[in-house]
Amino acid sequence: MILEVDGLEIHYDTRAGGAREVVRAVDGASFAVPEGRIVGLVGESGCGKTTAVRAIMGVLAENGRQAGGRVVFKGEALDEAATRKLRWRDIAYVPQSAMSSLDPVYTVGAQLVEVLTKRGNESGRAARARAAELFDLVGLSESRLADYPHQFSGGMRQRAAIAMALALKPSLLLADEPVTALDVIVQRQILDMLRDLQQRLKLSMVLVTHDISVVAYLCDDVVVMYAGQVIESGPVREVLARPRHPYTMGLRNAFPDLMSDALELVPISGSPPDLSDPPPGCRFAPRCPFALSACMTGSAMVARGSDRTHLSACLRDDEADLLRKAALDPATWLRSSNFATS
Amino acid sequence: MAALVELRDVVKHFPVGRSLGEIVRGKHPAVRALDGVSFDVGSGDAVAVVGESGCGKTTLGRLMLKLVEPTAGSIAFDGTALAGLAGESLRGFRRQAQLVFQNPFDALNPRFTIYRAVAEPLLNAGIDKSEHMDRVASAFRRVHLPDLDRYLDKYPHQLSGGQLQRVVLARALVLAPRFLVADEPVSMLDVSVRAGILALMREIRDAMGLSAIYISHDLALVRYLCERTLVMYLGRIVEDGPTREIVRRPLHPYTRALVAAVPVPDADQLRQPLPIKGNVPDAREPPSGCSFRDRCPYAMPRCSAETPQLRPAAGGHHVACHLD
Amino acid sequence: MVERAEPVVPARSNWPLLPVLRRMAAMPLRDPFAFTGLLIYVLFVLVALFADHLAPLDPLEILFTKTGKLAANVAPSADFPLGTTNLGRDIYAQLVHGTRSALAVGLSAAVIVASVGTIVGLVAGYFGGTTDAVLMRIADMALSLPFLPFVIVLTGFLGASTSNIVLAVALLLWPNSARVIRSQVLTLRERAYVEAARVTGASSWRILFVHIAPNILPLSFVYAAIAIGWAIITEASVSFLGFGDSTSVSWGMMLQDAFSSQALSRGQYAWFVPPGVCIILVVVAGFFISRGYEEVFMPRLRGR
Repeated sequence: MILEVDGLEIHYDTRAGGAREVVRAVDGASFAVPEGRIVGLVGESGCGKTTAVRAIMGVLAENGRQAGGRVVFKGEALDEAATRKLRWRDIAYVPQSAMSSLDPVYTVGAQLVEVLTKRGNESGRAARARAAELFDLVGLSESRLADYPHQFSGGMRQRAAIAMALALKPSLLLADEPVTALDVIVQRQILDMLRDLQQRLKLSMVLVTHDISVVAYLCDDVVVMYAGQVIESGPVREVLARPRHPYTMGLRNAFPDLMSDALELVPISGSPPDLSDPPPGCRFAPRCPFALSACMTGSAMVARGSDRTHLSACLRDDEADLLRKAALDPATWLRSSNFATS
Repeated sequence: MAALVELRDVVKHFPVGRSLGEIVRGKHPAVRALDGVSFDVGSGDAVAVVGESGCGKTTLGRLMLKLVEPTAGSIAFDGTALAGLAGESLRGFRRQAQLVFQNPFDALNPRFTIYRAVAEPLLNAGIDKSEHMDRVASAFRRVHLPDLDRYLDKYPHQLSGGQLQRVVLARALVLAPRFLVADEPVSMLDVSVRAGILALMREIRDAMGLSAIYISHDLALVRYLCERTLVMYLGRIVEDGPTREIVRRPLHPYTRALVAAVPVPDADQLRQPLPIKGNVPDAREPPSGCSFRDRCPYAMPRCSAETPQLRPAAGGHHVACHLD
Repeated sequence: MVERAEPVVPARSNWPLLPVLRRMAAMPLRDPFAFTGLLIYVLFVLVALFADHLAPLDPLEILFTKTGKLAANVAPSADFPLGTTNLGRDIYAQLVHGTRSALAVGLSAAVIVASVGTIVGLVAGYFGGTTDAVLMRIADMALSLPFLPFVIVLTGFLGASTSNIVLAVALLLWPNSARVIRSQVLTLRERAYVEAARVTGASSWRILFVHIAPNILPLSFVYAAIAIGWAIITEASVSFLGFGDSTSVSWGMMLQDAFSSQALSRGQYAWFVPPGVCIILVVVAGFFISRGYEEVFMPRLRGR
C-alpha cells in the first residue's frame, strides 16, 4: 500500500451565524491505495472527499485541522508540518480549480519551467527539455509551451495542470474532480490519458469525483464516502455490480444508464446531515429504507465484510444480497417518504 | 397542426472586438453561435438539444425566449413572429414561455423571500394580489413542496439545492405557461437529488401538457426525459431524431463519437478509442462546408466543398451528412 | 393529502430595500472601527446642533478686554478656552461654530455625490449602448479636471460661497462612484435572477430598482462616506488658500487666519492645532465608516 489513511478526522472551526461551531467534515475515514492502482474516491458534495485529499496533501484551509487519525505514505506516518516538502515532491495534487489557477500573465511553459527549476532544482535548459517531455506525456504539442493560459481550451488547461503535477516525478497523484467541468468528449480523452499515464509511469492515483460512471471507466478500486465517513470500499467491479451498502445501492439507481431502456430514475429522499451536528450511529440511517432501530444508535461504524477486499459499513451486511434485490425495486425508496424534502 | 414553436434559418453572430489589422481589412469577425437552424416544436413535445460547449444550444434557448435577438432568420411562437412582439404582446408571450435555470443558487435573488420570488411573475403580469396566494400554493403543490409555511418566509441560502430547484420550477409554472426551456436543470445538483427533480419534471410535463426544450450536455439524462433529440455542433443541427434511435444507432459521425464517449456505471464498459480527431475549432472561423470535417474520420472531398443539409434517413432521423 | 388552512400571506415589504437599509444602519455595531467613526460623527453633529449653547460668544465678534483694549492673541484662559485671534475673536467659538459649516459642506456633498453617482452608474451600466458611452465620456471629462484649481476657478466665477464650493466638489467627485457602481451593475446584469426577472416579464426599470439597486447601495454609502472627508478637506484647502467664503466661519478659515497672522512663529498653537485636529478626526471617521461599508459589500474582506 503506497498510502494508508486510518481513522482520519478533520474538523473545521466556523462561526456560522455568530456561534462557534465545529464541522466534522471527515469523521473517521479509513482507506488504502495499493501501489500502482487507481482508486476512485466518490461521494456527493459535503461528503468530505475533497477535505480528505487536502488533508493528505497538507493544504487544508486555515480553519481546518486534523483532529485524529493518521496518514501513512510509503510506510511513514505523515504529520502536518514536517513532511510538507515530501508531500509536494512525491505526492502531487491537482486541485479542483486547477484549470483556472494557471497564472494568466505568464506562458504555460514558463510556469512549468518555474516548477522544475525552483522545486526540482533543474537547470534552465534541462527544465525546458523536461517541460517539452511533460507536454508530450499529457498529449500537448510542444509548440504550445509558448502560449498563454487563455489560449488553451478547458481540456488543454487541465492537461497542463496535470503536467505540472507530474513535473517532480511523484509516485502518487491526487486529482480532485479533474474532468467534471469538461465536455464529454474531452473528458473521455483526459480519462484515457490518465490511464495511459498510470501505465507508463507506474503511478498510483486517487481520483476524487461525484460521478460513478467516471469511476467505473477509469478506476481499479473505489471508496464511497458519505457525510464524512467511508461507507463502502473495494474493487470497482465488485462494488458496482454487487453493492453492499444501501447508499451505494441507491446511488446506482440515480445514474441513468445511457443504453438501458429502463425509464425509472429512483431518487434517494432527504438530504445529507448537517456535519456540525451529525446524527449518532449510521449517518445514512435517516434516509435508508432498510434502517433498523439499531442503526440509529450506537457508536461510529466499522467496515465489515466477508470478502477481505470488499468492505461495507452497514449493520445488515450479512443480508446484503437480499437488500440489494429490494433496492432494485423503486417502491423501496419511495416508501421512505411521500413527498420530497430534498 | 401548426407547431407551437417554429424556427427558420436562425442565425446568431456575436461580434467580437476587432484588431487594427482587421479593421483596416474591413473584416467583421464574429463568434458564429448559430449558423442556420430550423426546426419545429409541436404542442406537448419534449425535445432535447444536446451538444458540447460552444455548439450554440444555450444561445438557442435564449433566442426561443426572446432574451436575445437573432442576427437573421425567424422564430415564431404559436403562429406569431417573436420579432414583432413588444409591450403588451410581449408580456403576453412572456406569460406563456418560461425558463428553468441551471444554477438554482443564482436563479433566485438572494434578498427575496421564497414567496416573493415565486410571486414575482404574478406581479409582473399584473395579476391581482388577491390571487397570488392561491397561485403560489398550487405551484408549490405541483413541485411537491407541500408545507408552504415552511418555505414562504425563508431565503434562498437556507434551502438545499434540490429544494431551490423546485422553487425555481414553481416560479416557472406559476403563470401556467405552455412552453418551457430548461437549461441544464440538474447539472449543478447532487447526484442523488437529480433523480427526484427529473422525475418531477417528467410528471409536470405530463400533467400540464407542456411543450419543453431540454438543453443538456448529458445524453443519459436526456434519454430519460425526451422522446426527440437534436444534436448540435458549432451552431448547426447535425442530427435530429427519436432519442432512443439517436443513442442506439447514431448516424452522424459526431453523434457516434458523443455516444461512445459517455461513460456508464459499468466496470466492464468498452474502452475503445473515440472515432474523432482533434479539438473543437475556433467558433469564429469554422471549417468550410461541413463544420465537422476536420475531426471526422470519414471526411471526403465533398465535405469541404458543400455544407450538408438535414435530410431524412433511416429510423426517423434527419442527418446533416454526406455519408450514406 | 390533508387540506390545510390557508397560510397567511407573509406581511413583508416587496422591496428588499428596507432590509438592506436596516443592515447598513446596523453595520457600525459590528465593526469597531466604523463604530468609532460613527461616534466621532455623532459627537460633531451634537456639537453642531448645540453650538449656540456650547459657545455662546459670536465667533466673528471682535472682543475687547476689560480695559478697553483689543483682546488680541489672548492666551487660553477661563474666559477664552482657546484664546483669541489677532483680531480679538474667540477661537473656541470659531471652532465650535465651524463644525456646522464643516458638516453642512460634508453632508451635502456626500448626498449629491452618492445620488448622482448611483443614478448615473445604474443607468449607464444597465442600459449600456449610447447612453453608457455618453455618460461615461462626461465622467471622463470631469475626472480629467484638476481638483483644487477647478474648485478655485469655479468659486471665482460663481462667487466664493460655501454652496458653490459644495457644488464644485460634487461635480468632480461623482464620476468615481459612478464608474465603480457601473461596473458592479454590469456584473449584476448577467446574474441568473436578473435574467429570470426578464423572462417573467419585468420591465427594465423594475429590474433596475428592485433587483439591482439594493445590491449596490452599500457601494453608494462607501462613496458617500469618502465624499464627506473630501469635501471638508477641499473646503478647508480652498479657505486656507484664501478663496473661501470669508463671511462664514470654518476650520479652513481659521487655518488661513492663523497662517496669515503667523501664529506658528508666535507659538499660538491653540489657534491652529484644534481646527487641524478636527479636520483630521472627521476625515478619518469618514474613512472608517466607508471601510465598514466596504466589508458589507464584500464580506470576503472580513476575517473568517
